[in-house]
Amino acid sequence: MEIGQKTVNILFYGIGGQGVLTAAGICALAAMNDGYHVKESEIKGMSQRGGSVESYVRFGRQVYSPLPLEKDINLLVCLNAEEYPRLKQELKPSGKDLFSYLEKAHIAVGDKKLFLNAYMLGVLSSFLAIREESWMEALNHKIKKDQAENKFFFLMGRKEGSHYDF
Amino acid sequence: MNYSAKKQKTFLSGNEAVAWGAVASGVCFASAYPGTPSTEILETLGTFSELEAQWAVNEKVAYEAAFGACLAGRRALTACKQVGLNLAMDPLMTTAYSGVNAGFVVVVADDPGMYSSQNEQDTRRVAPYAKVPLLEPSSPSEAYYFVQEAFKISEQYDVPVLLRLTTRVSHTKESFSVCLGRNIVPDRELERNPKKYVMIPAHARPRHLDLEKRLLALKEFSEKTELNRAELNDRRIGFLVSGVSALYAKEVYPEASFLKLGMTFPFPVKKVREFARKVKKLYVIEELEPFLEEKLKQEGIPVIGKKASWICGELNPQAVKSIVAQKERRLTGLKARRPLLCPGCPHRPAFYVLKKSGVFVAGDIGCYTLGALEPLAALHTQTCMGSSIPFFEGMSKMQKKQKIVAVIGDSTFIHTGINGLISAAYNGAKGLVVIMDNSITAMTGGQQNPATGLTLQGKKTKKLSLEKICLAAGADNVDVVNPFDIEGLQKLFDLRLGQDSLSVIIARYPCRMIERLRGAAMRVNQEKCKKCRQCLVLDCPAIKEVDGVMMINQALCVGCGLCRQVCKFKAISPEGK
Repeated sequence: MEIGQKTVNILFYGIGGQGVLTAAGICALAAMNDGYHVKESEIKGMSQRGGSVESYVRFGRQVYSPLPLEKDINLLVCLNAEEYPRLKQELKPSGKDLFSYLEKAHIAVGDKKLFLNAYMLGVLSSFLAIREESWMEALNHKIKKDQAENKFFFLMGRKEGSHYDF
Repeated sequence: MNYSAKKQKTFLSGNEAVAWGAVASGVCFASAYPGTPSTEILETLGTFSELEAQWAVNEKVAYEAAFGACLAGRRALTACKQVGLNLAMDPLMTTAYSGVNAGFVVVVADDPGMYSSQNEQDTRRVAPYAKVPLLEPSSPSEAYYFVQEAFKISEQYDVPVLLRLTTRVSHTKESFSVCLGRNIVPDRELERNPKKYVMIPAHARPRHLDLEKRLLALKEFSEKTELNRAELNDRRIGFLVSGVSALYAKEVYPEASFLKLGMTFPFPVKKVREFARKVKKLYVIEELEPFLEEKLKQEGIPVIGKKASWICGELNPQAVKSIVAQKERRLTGLKARRPLLCPGCPHRPAFYVLKKSGVFVAGDIGCYTLGALEPLAALHTQTCMGSSIPFFEGMSKMQKKQKIVAVIGDSTFIHTGINGLISAAYNGAKGLVVIMDNSITAMTGGQQNPATGLTLQGKKTKKLSLEKICLAAGADNVDVVNPFDIEGLQKLFDLRLGQDSLSVIIARYPCRMIERLRGAAMRVNQEKCKKCRQCLVLDCPAIKEVDGVMMINQALCVGCGLCRQVCKFKAISPEGK
């Protein structure tokens, strides 16, 4: 993925209680740790009650709007299969949809559903020009429990994502 | 700690930035009632030990407590959501006349698009009405800076200052640098100045005149301040913008010229006129009401505004494109998942019984408002905080065909429900009030309130007894029940509904998001299940019909056992037998 002057747009979505906002927050922190200007916009409120949740992360040299233009998402990170159709059209034609990795993530983590997002963040990381140490710093900052396992599944996802030839 | 130039890179939401900016300003007292999207302002202030940060019982009380601190000579802040300010309008209107002693800032978060509100009123219209200056930050970094400016303006011009956010400013996070430490402003003495602080007509008349003078001075300030900034670029197209809309416009038209207003009242007419002369076409981009557009038209400045359909809802970069193209707003048909009561929510059994009773429920504001949605559909009115009991009183007195029950949460009852109960008792109302007591302010994410006996910081304090206060208000009887005993609850409802008295039933069980009480998850015995779908009526996120089979999600189920109680065929149990 080319990252230069252009702002990168990532859309995270799923349902309340799934850790969508935490995942987006880790990505945003990682970008900040790498020196980018970052904006993250989320809608919460009733989300805890099982409603739809979405979060936009935008980073680059200077980010104006917290929301991107329509159909201008570079990376689509859906964390819930039932929610997938709702926002998939936001991906731009040249963008990358990580939905195909969600099933791989489920298989990889097995019963340990808690680590699904770590795996998906790992996949995402392989498509972004953010250093691995910035990701690790962000993971450690945002997740206090089971840090070693989160790291393990993050790296597993990162390896899986890097198989993609682009 | 002293204000230092030492900077630290942070990643803060607009609400957190307001708190950090207020702390940097040396704020000593802050009070609020929780309300999305403003709640995190006080939650963040509560993490600092340098000031008193507190939850008040409602926005009016919060405003007044904070204003008291300002009278005592300390910088103070109150925060609320747009509808919260309605309650605090009373002190706002008159404290504008009085003016302040130390700096006083009123932070209001509007909710365009109504992500979690009952209306989308535009607080900017309050500023000219209340005659107080209005600042509109567009991002967290601006919110951090603007709140500091607001304190200075408040002290310099002797007036409360409105700082208006919107959901997208409050809940956007941004990476930027903050200064560490606190700006220590010299304390002012509490002064006995009845001509300024006792607003009897004889004093208020000269204070009103004085306020008009202060506003003229503020108008001059608005013309000069850097908060209102012109950025000349391509002069073929110019934008007059404020708030987050400024960033949407900048995103779409980075090459255009901008006049970005950080202070929108008093309105800097000269500055706007000058900018308008310099650009070929002038557009105004603003969310909700045509607040700036009307002002320009009033001043005879040619401007292109938006179609009336854009007064509704939130903007985004795409919307700016459509507004410039003079298109109408088109409603997008995307279906978002609707919110549900959580698995094991203590409101669910109470609504199940109310639905079976067939009563008309006058509802209120909180998680339990979700009881209005199908298939529970057991709540029939919801307007504003505390309206349930007065609605119940009026309805039950004026018609007898339907039984009316008021339903209100613990925090909402303390907010403005108590007044309604006192009034209903005083006026001889009869019938049933149900307090759905989940022992927390839940809808806004779990804040403490007087009935939890804990402060904003989680420290033990005096605990309000809902039972005692209901009796003192004039309820003839008060029962406390566990709502998960649905048989007992039904019997009690029937008993109290049949009596000629004013009864309060407190259905008490802690919110699952707070206490996280869990039992063994339930399973459906598919041989015993007759597919009557009674369990589906509960609208529990853990119960789903998959290909005609009732299934209970083992990860979501908290084992409350409500479905087990309503299943006539004993097909549900933890063992699935």
